[in-house]
Amino acid sequence: MARITFQRLEDHSTLFWGLLGLHALIVALGLGAAYYMEHHGHVVTGMNNAVVWGMPHVFAVFLIVSASGALNVASISSVFNKLAYKPFARLSGILAIALLVGGLIVLVLDLGRPDRLTVAMTTYNFKSIFAWNIYLYIGFIAIVGVYLFTMMDRGVSQTPTATRTVGWLAFGWRLALTTGTGSIFGFLVAREAFDSAIMAPLFIAASFLYGLAFTVLVLFTMCRETRQMLMGEEMIQSFRGLMIVFSFALLYFTAVKHLTSLYASEHHGVEAFILRDGGIYTALFWIGHVLVGNILPIAILAFGSGEARPFSERQAMTIASVLALMGGLAFMYVTIIGGQAYPLNLFPGMETSSSFLDGEVARYAPSLPEVMLGVAGISIAMLVVGIAIKVLPFLPRGESVTA
Amino acid sequence: MIAKADEANGGCGAGCSCATRASDAGEATATTRTVEGADPVDVGRRWFMKAATAFSTTVIAPGVTLMAFAESDPAIARPADQPVSSKHRFGLLIDLAKCPSGCSDCVTACSTENGWKLNGRPETDAQWIRKLTVTNRKDGSSFSLPMMCQHCADPPCVDVCPTGASFKRADGIVLVDKHICIGCRYCMMACPYKARSFIHEPLEDQKPHAPRGKGCVESCTMCVHRVDAGGTPACVEACAKAGHSAMIFGDLNDPASEIAKRVATYRTTRIRDDLGTDPGVYYQNL
Ligand code: SF4
Ligand code: SF4
Repeated sequence: MARITFQRLEDHSTLFWGLLGLHALIVALGLGAAYYMEHHGHVVTGMNNAVVWGMPHVFAVFLIVSASGALNVASISSVFNKLAYKPFARLSGILAIALLVGGLIVLVLDLGRPDRLTVAMTTYNFKSIFAWNIYLYIGFIAIVGVYLFTMMDRGVSQTPTATRTVGWLAFGWRLALTTGTGSIFGFLVAREAFDSAIMAPLFIAASFLYGLAFTVLVLFTMCRETRQMLMGEEMIQSFRGLMIVFSFALLYFTAVKHLTSLYASEHHGVEAFILRDGGIYTALFWIGHVLVGNILPIAILAFGSGEARPFSERQAMTIASVLALMGGLAFMYVTIIGGQAYPLNLFPGMETSSSFLDGEVARYAPSLPEVMLGVAGISIAMLVVGIAIKVLPFLPRGESVTA
Repeated sequence: MIAKADEANGGCGAGCSCATRASDAGEATATTRTVEGADPVDVGRRWFMKAATAFSTTVIAPGVTLMAFAESDPAIARPADQPVSSKHRFGLLIDLAKCPSGCSDCVTACSTENGWKLNGRPETDAQWIRKLTVTNRKDGSSFSLPMMCQHCADPPCVDVCPTGASFKRADGIVLVDKHICIGCRYCMMACPYKARSFIHEPLEDQKPHAPRGKGCVESCTMCVHRVDAGGTPACVEACAKAGHSAMIFGDLNDPASEIAKRVATYRTTRIRDDLGTDPGVYYQNL
């Protein structure tokens, strides 16, 4: 293989500026929405005392999970020593940081007291998984930053062991990070929908898929922007294969989670709620997560492209990635909101009711500001990537890949 | 952009006067927050100390504090400069045979005492205590009980709180420190009893002894301000006043106390004890 060279994005099309401007606008709207929520209180959102985490958390957790997955390509290249992935390692690293930053900003802006960020950063309860997560997130950004440095610095990049060592560290850290994110839910004994150790591997499988989908979409956008073939046919085939595998893994862990849960009779109620009787949650689970998020992408990737098929490889990948990400949001919605909507079981076997709406399936209708804030998280990530690739050479040069 | 003016002064944003009082509160009750298993920590800015100080130094002259409540118990009353003692484990016992389903005097009393009220938005209004109706699916029989923070000895809300704002005092009372609560609501996710409320809207008319704040989480404090003064929680008092005396408050660690004797003598139940939370609220005749 020829020497890999990298480039900054130098001439930009109107499309690039248009996209950047659009993201900037969405971010501005999101910040405005956050201010509005902070000013009036969360009463202007759909969140309440039963569904305490709403749309912002759906987006934030989605982005954080995707962030660790976005690092896959870099990990494959340096940890598993696959040279073919190397041209994309830098982009994968910066995308991982960007997605995490986007998710974290949404999380912080949704706090009841975002002005107390310094308290959150300086006062810790070390028993709290949330507090560990703060370390995991900060550590992730730092380690991936160093990792990028070892890849991009002229001097350091000459010593492959440095990149490999940090690459391993980053790989281990990203697994810990997703485990930590999954465990935010997994250790809640009170919430039957989450209380399961399988939440961690489930989230890891999800992260692989969503992270790759983001990577693919950014790469295709950049191909268009640079008018270069950043990815050769072989690479597209590899990505396609990976995506199918990740999607199957996610389906597998989804099945395991619900089957093990069904095995325990005390969880029959919540399983019936998600899988059968939950209305919007049931629909989002089967149609959003299972069908749109996994089965359709697998089908399109496996059978949709090639000679005499409806799509080109690239189109198939693009559509599959978009569908996987849409399914990802549905999956987060079902997991996070559905899990809270199902009432707490204060008296197993009995029915409860009160002025505090005990025993009822909680109502939740997301309001515009909270959706705005959530979407802004994605735009923040894209803005960070857009600026980064303009400032530093994160993108491979087209020729090198086809060489 | 978002910083509050009073926060800049070191205030809690809850409308209490802590900003102007932070230093003397810190001095007077520097060891109030004695968390079980930990050394007494300096916690100059904790809201409830401020409340206690405000109470004893401005509302009532020092030394007269103990007279503030008719039923004050000198064995339990804690002078403001003394640390909370792990000798006590405060708890409640509620005898459901004496708790009529139509009565909600405990709820009204709590609301009056602590300044929370229903605004007709049941989904977002705070409720520190509520009457819960429990119906048996099989035979349709039902009963009701007061439900509030169970002051768990192993409180999941405290375990998960990232900042340590949710904490358990050495005497078993579980509180939220309104100064360091960031409003993440993780404690609400973790509490098995739906005992906590998030403040969704700006508040007014707060009680000086029960500061609250938009964007923070709160729950039953077991009327800690009364307990520290040797009194009993408002709900318990109201229940007795209504002639039911279904609720008793006391020190579960003191074998001579009525609550400890009742727990030792009768079959009592704690809700979702199976989750390992070790609640401090016992129900009799459930
Ligand atoms: S009842 Fe809920 S809020 Fe109260 S101590 Fe237990 S877990 Fe915490
Ligand atoms: S909402 Fe406040 S008290 Fe509850 S976990 Fe978060 S910081 Fe702690």
